[in-house]
Amino acid sequence: MAVHSPTAPAAGPRAAPAAVRRHHWAGPGMVLPFLLLYLLFMIGPVAYNLVVSLFNTSLVHSGLGPFVGLRNYGEALTSADFWHTLWHTVWFTVLTTVPLVALSLALALMAERVRRWRWLFRTVFFAPYVLPVSAVALVFTYVYADRIGLLQHLLSLVGVTSPGWLSDPRWVLPSVAAATVWWTLGFTFVLYLAALQDIPADVLEAAAIDGAGPVRRLRHVVVPMLGRTTALVTVLQVIASLKVFDQVYLIAGSGGGPAGAARSSVEYVYDSGFTDMRVGYAATVSFLLFLVMLAVSAVWFAVSRRTDQGV
Amino acid sequence: MATATAPVPADRSATGAPAPVRAGRRRPRREPSAERAFTRLCGAVLVVFALLWLLPLAWALATSVRPDGEINTAPTRWFGAHPTLAAYRSVLDAGHIGQWYLNSLITSALTMVITVVVASAAAFALSRVDFRGRRALYWLVLAGAMIPAQVLVVPQFKELNSVHLLNTYWAVILPQLPSAIAVFVFKSFIDGIPGELVDAARADGAGWWTVYARIVMPLTRPAVSAVAVFTFVWSWNNFLWPLLVDTSVSMMTLPVGLATTQDSYGIRYAELMASAVLGGLPLIVLFLFFQRRIVEGIAGTGLK
Repeated sequence: MAVHSPTAPAAGPRAAPAAVRRHHWAGPGMVLPFLLLYLLFMIGPVAYNLVVSLFNTSLVHSGLGPFVGLRNYGEALTSADFWHTLWHTVWFTVLTTVPLVALSLALALMAERVRRWRWLFRTVFFAPYVLPVSAVALVFTYVYADRIGLLQHLLSLVGVTSPGWLSDPRWVLPSVAAATVWWTLGFTFVLYLAALQDIPADVLEAAAIDGAGPVRRLRHVVVPMLGRTTALVTVLQVIASLKVFDQVYLIAGSGGGPAGAARSSVEYVYDSGFTDMRVGYAATVSFLLFLVMLAVSAVWFAVSRRTDQGV
Repeated sequence: MATATAPVPADRSATGAPAPVRAGRRRPRREPSAERAFTRLCGAVLVVFALLWLLPLAWALATSVRPDGEINTAPTRWFGAHPTLAAYRSVLDAGHIGQWYLNSLITSALTMVITVVVASAAAFALSRVDFRGRRALYWLVLAGAMIPAQVLVVPQFKELNSVHLLNTYWAVILPQLPSAIAVFVFKSFIDGIPGELVDAARADGAGWWTVYARIVMPLTRPAVSAVAVFTFVWSWNNFLWPLLVDTSVSMMTLPVGLATTQDSYGIRYAELMASAVLGGLPLIVLFLFFQRRIVEGIAGTGLK
């Protein structure tokens, strides 16, 4: 822009010196602001985490504290809390990803078929997605409440005695997962609707002319052509669920609700770092958690490359 | 599948060209009755799910206009005899929610604007400008997309604490700015812009900054709106990080502030639901206004 001197009258390859200089500095200059922020708030903290995970660093004392080598890792890997919270996190991931993918695919297929009012369904399903998590939590804490809650009431109308959705350790995590599905389904739904509109009609016509019925067209044409979307939606959801904290903390309550049955891995990091003030140990758990997510991403990368080659 | 008996051109976008739709509507005569019944069934299932999705919102609304005393005696009734806005008055009188809105608005808007500028400039350079280390840099950024911010809260907290930025807007904004995903979306969009446009401008003597600001950015508008919408919504809904850095009530963002109402109102459900409605409704209204843009932003760019 105006930052640079007025453009030379004889532009083009002739104005070599000026162009070369711009050429050299413009690129790095444009990346610089991002890079600076990136180093300060991503790479820096990652490096700090790695270093600190080898020390017994505390939140309240300055400095790194005593060097403990890999002892933090040993402690994490043998800690019951670490494995419990990781298991809750994985279970939560299953409880959200499977319904989110399956349900939004089914709803999008139906909406595509019905056609009419598609925008209305899109609005209704997507609207919760823009709500702040605390509003969602307030509403669902009440919906799930014992005795006075809407859910127990509705189920009692059809003669079902329901458990304490948030007070029973077995049900607290599925309850939070269901609220999460309600909250975020619209996002996946919209992605599927868009992908469905991209399927060329002549492909379906060709399949129909070849005698494929609706079910076979669905199974062998439509669903495979949504493969990329499904892969993307799945990995986005898995990663979002693995780092869950907000709604579990808010709906189940801090500490993970009854018997800590809903404490997630990120909450374990939070508790170790900010309640126990053990920054070194929290960094260790963070890093282990990051490795789990990296493994998931790697699997996704491998799978999506294979499907890309397949199509 | 839906096109089975009413072939319609595929690439009618969400904007909906009216002609093909009407053509589709004239045809259903040919549709076998079994298929039509199935379509009806799909419609019914969709309606059931849509009602199910509206139920919690309706329930919150209905509860928020009941007096607390009535809720205690008959908690699961939908409509009381004495609808009242007392709960809203009490929430608004507490005086914080307006401040929380303002805090959220300022932090989210700043995060959005800075992210769009910084990430698009970086993406443009990574996509079009030749310089040393470009590929390595791109890989570094991509790797960052896999690092969840949640595992970095402890070092980020220590960092901002050491420069005395806790309880400021910048504490909320800064760690959200380096968005690798934004760079990724911009880059894949800019990659698709014809190279001749850039080459022609370069041949006319335009500097890279001019090419970026005058030629590429105007063509990148869909990516800009996608990234802007995403960044705003994510930032608006960010919870864990503002929870850590905003400890004073007057600096809290809306989600953090709302979470504290659970403690202050206890079991006064009308107030709790009124808080939820006040916290959520404006966003829903905003969404209804910008629906097309938001949905196209999500569906249209890179993320498919």
